[in-house]
Amino acid sequence: MTAEQAPCPPGAVCALTFLCSVVVLPLLQGRLTLLRDSRTDGSFLVHHFLSFYLRAGCKVCFVALLQSFSHYSIVAQKLGVSLTAAKERGQLVFLEGLKSCLDLVFGEEEEQPGQPSPLLFLSGSPSDLRALFDFVRVSLSAPGSEACAGPVLLLDDLSVLLGLGASPVALLDFIHYCRALVCCQLKGNVVVLVHSREDSEDEENELVVNSLCHHSDLILWAEGLATGFCKDVHGQLKIIQRVSLQQAGEQDLVQIYQYKIQDRNVTFFARGLSAAVL
Amino acid sequence: MAAAGGARGRTSFQRRAGAGARPAALPGTRPALRHGQLLLSSGLPSLDCVLGGGVAVGTLLLIEEDKYGLYSNLLFKYFLAEGIVCGHDLFVASAKEHPDNILKELPAPLLDDTCGKELGDEAAAVESEDFQDSMKIAWRYQNLPKMEASPTPYTKFGHYYDISKKMSPELTQSIKWHSFYLHEELSSQPKMKTCNMNGAYVRLLQSLQRIIAQGGFDGSDPQKKQKNVLRIGIQGLGSPLWGDDICCSDTPEDVHSLTKFLYVLRGLLRKSLSACIITVPAHLIQNKAIMERVTNLSDMVVGLESFIGSERETNPLYKDYHGLVHVHQIPRLNSLICDVSDTKDLAFRLKRKLFTIEGKQTAARLARAIRGKCGTQGVHAHVGRNPLQTSSRSPCIVPQRSKTHLKPNVLTEQWREKNNVSVLEYF
Repeated sequence: MTAEQAPCPPGAVCALTFLCSVVVLPLLQGRLTLLRDSRTDGSFLVHHFLSFYLRAGCKVCFVALLQSFSHYSIVAQKLGVSLTAAKERGQLVFLEGLKSCLDLVFGEEEEQPGQPSPLLFLSGSPSDLRALFDFVRVSLSAPGSEACAGPVLLLDDLSVLLGLGASPVALLDFIHYCRALVCCQLKGNVVVLVHSREDSEDEENELVVNSLCHHSDLILWAEGLATGFCKDVHGQLKIIQRVSLQQAGEQDLVQIYQYKIQDRNVTFFARGLSAAVL
Repeated sequence: MAAAGGARGRTSFQRRAGAGARPAALPGTRPALRHGQLLLSSGLPSLDCVLGGGVAVGTLLLIEEDKYGLYSNLLFKYFLAEGIVCGHDLFVASAKEHPDNILKELPAPLLDDTCGKELGDEAAAVESEDFQDSMKIAWRYQNLPKMEASPTPYTKFGHYYDISKKMSPELTQSIKWHSFYLHEELSSQPKMKTCNMNGAYVRLLQSLQRIIAQGGFDGSDPQKKQKNVLRIGIQGLGSPLWGDDICCSDTPEDVHSLTKFLYVLRGLLRKSLSACIITVPAHLIQNKAIMERVTNLSDMVVGLESFIGSERETNPLYKDYHGLVHVHQIPRLNSLICDVSDTKDLAFRLKRKLFTIEGKQTAARLARAIRGKCGTQGVHAHVGRNPLQTSSRSPCIVPQRSKTHLKPNVLTEQWREKNNVSVLEYF
């Protein structure tokens, strides 16, 4: 099943080409990628990363906390990947946060021993995210999961966990453990989506986001335009490659593109060169 | 693994999606144009336009209440009234007034023939004056879209309601409805895990889950042939009446109750044929971090800001309106993009019988304000009647263009004679 991509206007680059050239080639294994959005919805990045990694043949563990499986499945179909098929052949392990939460809250008292709910922190007794980490560990270290480019952990999205009662420290510990497991031990990648705002009063969220920004190797920051809503340019994507983490004294590379989201594709172009203007 | 689903053998309802050619078998719904998502009407056709067609099944519409709760209460009632007219089941939860009283106060639907008579007249009057002159000064506003098409009286999706009349009890009793009045439910013990949530929220979730399971809205009852939609309305969530202190202090004791509630509610909605409207007194919540998290956990967030008691009440720019509408969030469901209207400056007004939301006509308004200030010796050739001000009953549709007449016509001549105005031609 191939995706029909809308023809790109001159000067614009299709999302897949874009991801290949800008994001992936410099992105070797064992990296933490942070997807960040302010004043707009950055979930299109999650969909693209998911379909990209599945197409590349990597084993993916997707922790989807905010939307249902059918939502991602329908969008992935438009992008040319079948999530159901990937799940059946074991390439994708999908944690549907909403369903686990309902099972935990409305489920009967006796739980299967050895299989605690990944969202056990909701019930309050262990206030850290150990159960969630155990879930990730079991799904990614399962035997037979050696894939070509290493396993990938995808998290959508982290800011929800703060609203559910996890403390910022517990959240950062969880990310640290995941990085130690996935990036260092399994030589894979971790991709995390967070929400942020400039004038946000949510200090816990800002703490988590700032801390993750310092630890990430690549930051993709989707922002709404400062001038407001525009039909032809949906936002601006800032790509920050943290070269300073590898070599001391070097500056981070920052690139800024504007984008427009279409039904099956996202087109990127240089600032001010949208097809509507040219 | 519990995550892979089906660990307990519970069937999970899969929303039908995709561009299937099957028509919507559920009453009062229609598939969205873009991705086949089932949509319900919110009870206010102009709000449906703003939300991109309607409220999607399985989603949550959060209304941030205006200062005195008058207009958000109206939206709440419109949503429930629409459910009754479409034949949906209702679940009404409130801590303030008994749901029986809420259901007695719902507005009556405008019947087809009277609706046509009242609204069609205005529509005809407006369109006859809708000259196709291109605007010379405010040309950027030339192509602003109309907010909604003129109301066809026989539409099955979206109805109009008359606030001055109450819905008849026969109509109200024709559907099945469930109520949750907090003060009657406090004596029951919750059987589910509380998860450190507020007791009132726990009981509400339990009641809701029981209704969804018993009514077969989550597809768990294959015997049920006639599927129906459950409309859930929760009034004043987060207010002190629900036992939550986020409106009382800057550092509330339990910051996470409301967000946990919304998360579990989201899970319930996503797996059932239901849609929910919640009104939240956002202006009372002092810790703005909570409102940010609540916004992230809701699908559609609409804030109402009324002009009562504010300086805008006397501002000539806002003369025709009663308040502003802020759309904080629209979801992108099953798709990378969402259908939004292009107009972002929205205002609402409540005339004698009808409540409408429309884009603010800033250019026309400024022009009239300037003309008013300069008196009859205005330098602009903006002569013409504004249909909005002359008709005593409000039209539903509001054309977005300002009327810049550059060629004389009968109406302007009569107006000029009546008002003794001499006009300097601008061009």
